[in-house]
Amino acid sequence: MNLDQVASRPVIRVDDLRMSYGDHVVLDGVTFEARPGEVLALLGPNGAGKSTTIEILEGFRHRSDGDVEVLGLDPAEADETWRARLGIVQQSWRDHGRWGVRQLLAHLGAYYAPFSTPSRPRPMDVDELLATVGLSEHAHQKAGSLSGGQRRRLDVAIGIVGRPDLLFLDEPTTGFDPQARRDFHDVVHRLADLEGTTILLTTHDLDEAEKLADRILILAGGRIVANGSAAELSREVEGRTEVRWSRNGEHFVHAADDATRFVRELFEQHGDAIGDLEVRRSTLEDSYMTLVHRYETDPTAEPRPMEVVR
Amino acid sequence: MSGVTSLRPSSTVLHAVRLGMRRGGIEMLHSLTNRADQIWIVVMNGIFVGVLLLQRNSDLGGTSFSLAVATLPGLIGMNVVMGGWMGTAQMLAVEREDGTLLRAKSTPNGMLAYLVARVTLAVLNTALGLVIFLVAGLFLLPGLTDVPVTGWLMLLSVFLLGMLATMPWGAVVGASVKSAGAGFGLTFLPMVVLIAISGIFYPITGMPDWLHPVAQAFPVYWLGAGMREALLPDAAAAAELGGEFHTLTTFGVLGAYAVLGLLVAPRVLRAMARKESGSAVESRKAKAMQGWG
Repeated sequence: MNLDQVASRPVIRVDDLRMSYGDHVVLDGVTFEARPGEVLALLGPNGAGKSTTIEILEGFRHRSDGDVEVLGLDPAEADETWRARLGIVQQSWRDHGRWGVRQLLAHLGAYYAPFSTPSRPRPMDVDELLATVGLSEHAHQKAGSLSGGQRRRLDVAIGIVGRPDLLFLDEPTTGFDPQARRDFHDVVHRLADLEGTTILLTTHDLDEAEKLADRILILAGGRIVANGSAAELSREVEGRTEVRWSRNGEHFVHAADDATRFVRELFEQHGDAIGDLEVRRSTLEDSYMTLVHRYETDPTAEPRPMEVVR
Repeated sequence: MSGVTSLRPSSTVLHAVRLGMRRGGIEMLHSLTNRADQIWIVVMNGIFVGVLLLQRNSDLGGTSFSLAVATLPGLIGMNVVMGGWMGTAQMLAVEREDGTLLRAKSTPNGMLAYLVARVTLAVLNTALGLVIFLVAGLFLLPGLTDVPVTGWLMLLSVFLLGMLATMPWGAVVGASVKSAGAGFGLTFLPMVVLIAISGIFYPITGMPDWLHPVAQAFPVYWLGAGMREALLPDAAAAAELGGEFHTLTTFGVLGAYAVLGLLVAPRVLRAMARKESGSAVESRKAKAMQGWG
């Protein structure tokens, strides 16, 4: 196998993944891939199987059926060398409350030292990392005394201290203020662009998914019902564009399939009488709602996968 | 990638063991500098030292020794059960609930280091209690300076074997309970009962006969008896069951607990670790919150 093949080999490869507890089917044939350096957002309603999927990929849960390969190995049979290449940020940690922030980060970083390679020195420099996540001034505080947002940033720092090849982020920005959120997005972009880290994140914040992810997967009822960039998802739902305007002091709203044509006709007909014009493209939120709703009203419908070539 | 896979597992395992020991040491320092822990250490040990003070002038049944002379080794034995069994069970139950264990699982060789840290901390904690009791004993009970080297060696062997006999079972309880609260209830109450019937604070010969075999089925009694044998003169054997020390049975029972525990605990721990995941921690947290609300 030459180097190009290694580089282009998917970091995550999930093929027809199934998971059920007794009669209860949680995952019903999930299939997707993640390429090196790609940022993937996994969206879906609560109970759609997001956490289960991630836990299977992390090697924390055994699947019922299907093929899964993460960093070239089956997570169910992977070893500690494999584990050292993963970073994991769970939804809520409350552990190590008595430890100092820097003390904890330095201690947990030390576990990665035997797995350091020339191309990926492990662990990261602890003080640099604290600066990156904006915790330098809290370095000597106890982890248990941090605010919710600060604690989350410490969790993210712990997740990446081993310079992971693949990072799992489960609702990473819950409890962040807008500034912290923006800083976090910078960190994610830097990881993906500079370190080539592949990132799989779940979020309920669709704006965040749109900003961070190269590709969005929507999981509903244990199946991937959409797979593509935010723009492709909105094309997929043939998103109607909302047009608002006013005429003679009266306000109107129209959902147009072809907004450009509709607006041209509007001006042809009424000319200067038109005011307050607003054309709003369907957002990722609209696409998401439509796709999830489409699934919920007809669960038997075959999903229409949109394979995207970047 | 090939560079990573050629790593010798033994060196990474050794690295993890070292980190685990460092972790146990750091946690010990946290405990010693934590106000609540300090109060607990002072109050608990204060009570026990107070008991020694009060018993100084009572006689150990049928001998010329003061009761306190027999209670001190009993306390040292009891301390091993508290640190090894109760401490391990509670720590494990709490750290499953707060996600420490999941964190260990997410870290390369983290589980191994975690277990090493648990053992390190339990031994350090128990050793601290041992030192406190011995220092108090040196001031209160002059006979302690006459204990021969063989007596101290026996104390050390009973201490270490006692840790081996109790820690694995603490781990089994801690890995099996559903919540930290249950971890406390399931260890603290049986502890109190066992201490009461095992002749720690008062010679077991004062207990009804039918309770003797019950007490003798558990390590608490044998740790007390072993420590008494280590620190007391031969004449004190008169207050023991049958009027003599049972060296072989002491090591036999503690050894059996240790061997069985070391066989069972790894399986239970492995099963527990397998089940540990983010959603498991979440659901336990949700249940704990319901309990509070």
